[in-house]
Amino acid sequence: MFATHPRDGGWAGFLLAEVGTARPVLWIQDRMAILESGRIHPPGLPFRNLIHVEARDARDALWAMEEGVRCAALSSVIGEIWGNPRALDFTATRRLAVASERSGTPCWLVRLGGTANLSGARMRWRIASAPSLPNPLDAKAPGAPAWIAELFRARGHPPGRWSLAHEAGAFHRLAEPGHRALGEVGRLRA
Amino acid sequence: MPSLAIERWAKSDDCAPDSPVVLTVEGTHGPIIHAVTQAAAERGARPGARLTDARALDPGLIAVPADPAGDAALVERLARWAERWSPLVEVDGGDALRLDIRGVAHLFGGEEGLIEDVRARFAGLGLTVRVAIAPTAAAAWALAHYSRSAVGKRETRRWNSEKSEAAIPLPRSAAAESPSPSEGEGLTTALSPLPVAALRLDADTVRTLERLGLKTIGALIGVPRLALARRFRGAEDVVDALDRALGKKAEPLTAAPVESPPRSAVRLEEPATHPEAAAQALERLIPQLAGVLQERHLGARRLTLSGFRVDGSIAQANVATAIASRDPAHLARLLADKAAMLDPQFGFDAFALQADWTESLGAAQESLVEEPSGAREVARLIDRLTVKLGRRAVRCPKAHSSHVPEKASGWVAAVSSSPSQMGRESRGGKRPQRLLDRPEAIDVIYATPEGMPRRFVWRRAVHDIARAEGPERIAPEWWRQPSSARLRDYYRVEDDTGRRYWIYREGVIGDGRGGAPNWFIHGLFG
Repeated sequence: MFATHPRDGGWAGFLLAEVGTARPVLWIQDRMAILESGRIHPPGLPFRNLIHVEARDARDALWAMEEGVRCAALSSVIGEIWGNPRALDFTATRRLAVASERSGTPCWLVRLGGTANLSGARMRWRIASAPSLPNPLDAKAPGAPAWIAELFRARGHPPGRWSLAHEAGAFHRLAEPGHRALGEVGRLRA
Repeated sequence: MPSLAIERWAKSDDCAPDSPVVLTVEGTHGPIIHAVTQAAAERGARPGARLTDARALDPGLIAVPADPAGDAALVERLARWAERWSPLVEVDGGDALRLDIRGVAHLFGGEEGLIEDVRARFAGLGLTVRVAIAPTAAAAWALAHYSRSAVGKRETRRWNSEKSEAAIPLPRSAAAESPSPSEGEGLTTALSPLPVAALRLDADTVRTLERLGLKTIGALIGVPRLALARRFRGAEDVVDALDRALGKKAEPLTAAPVESPPRSAVRLEEPATHPEAAAQALERLIPQLAGVLQERHLGARRLTLSGFRVDGSIAQANVATAIASRDPAHLARLLADKAAMLDPQFGFDAFALQADWTESLGAAQESLVEEPSGAREVARLIDRLTVKLGRRAVRCPKAHSSHVPEKASGWVAAVSSSPSQMGRESRGGKRPQRLLDRPEAIDVIYATPEGMPRRFVWRRAVHDIARAEGPERIAPEWWRQPSSARLRDYYRVEDDTGRRYWIYREGVIGDGRGGAPNWFIHGLFG
């Protein structure tokens, strides 16, 4: 999953709508990601059942992700990596994808300020914030969040670009011309 | 160790060995001699004398300040090193170690073998030792300090009295060797020629005794107990000291733990200098330790692997686990990396693995089917991450009751808290998913004095604010923060592209705590 801009926190809202909360979540950030776009803040998250890892660099972050993905008792593994580190190559992403499929633990690799190069990910998204929905209580205040989500590569799924909001436990497509209907955004793997 | 201070000094300071050096400590009336070299002793310097007096005898003395704290630290280190012989070692005074060798000596080829081993290893460290084995701790101290022949301790072996349970009982087998009725007398005859000072009485009592003509312990034993007790009724009880030395009264080691932690150890035939030595030793240590833990229904929470080097130092590595465990495979995985990092230097000749912190763990844990979902899996994951990345990198959230956002979200090391026990609590305002570690100053155009922000510049990028909500006012916590802390007005803002931020204005105009308010960005909403 790619954030279109490192200072855009929108992807987190999009992702959290997808993450199960029954079991602990392993959230890994490398040091640069924490410096540039902040550390996760538990009071703002929908769950508290969280293990946070502050990795020195991308290599440690990828190692921790792989350890986490192998553990079937987690509800998901989220790893944020800043930029285009050398350690993050096709092999690394492919290892994650295979391990994730074997254990059934969803794994999300979030790239902040990086470019999309070769990857073994099963689904690759690009997420940007969109102007939020109208707030029913206050016209001047931001309302429920909305995103522009672009699925630019996926196995067994045609790519597309949607304008989405999340309400009552499901994603809804916002009125925007020119795109086919979204079937179901089920298990995503980036 | 009769000359520990001077030997330590001689080792650390390359000075000619035959120079007349005295180590001094500060006394009430100027420096007092603490320890002397052989050369200085020949010139009349004595420990306990004043430096000026010694200088009067020989002005050529070289005075060096002593380092009692360093000496004590060395003795502490040696005490831990001496655990190679016995699990129960106590530092006794500033220069002596007491080892409880109950049931230990046969591992080293009997008591002579043990003495030889102790002497050889300390000699290897360059330290002079006087070793004594006796049925009571007080007797051993007396013999080690005051016996004429520092070498001739061989006969001590036979002094096994019937009171051996009282203080330092020797192994039953040794006691059975010489089952003569005169065992108690053996100890008495050994102690008799020693001066009364060997009973560790204070100087005044010793002087009084010597004035009375009771110069040796033997003379003291001859005096009727009642008379002695009546004469020395004060705090320094001579009868008591005598009983302790002769084993008529128990003197337990004060450092004795109620139950020693589970431990396993291996000794190598030859010092191993290759880095894989520790890993190989682990293969033998872990099953042993797991067996001990199993027997006592315990699981390890913290483990220490110690490698005993030939030069008397030890290398240690610690690992902690998130839940109690005694699974050999899991422990092996945790310890493998740490073991590889132990530096052999001149070589290891023994290893010990000890569970410093244990929790009770029933036998029910082992199930036939490994359940895939469970706290155990997560705990093991935490262990692995912590071992590799460090305690401070792997953490769980812990809520604090504070309104200041950065204080409300505390973190604790994941090893020391289980992630599943966090409760969720509701907060008044909506909080962002991400918080900058340190709020960053931004330039904001806003309607003064307390109006909505219109536009801000963060990291040189301009954000036009399309919609904003606020303020949510968070007052400083006057009971924690200094009185100059300013209140914060938080706004949730959304710029024209839909990115949403959490910004705040620190202070208001005219609050008397600084000039114009500053703006900061603190968080990012998803």
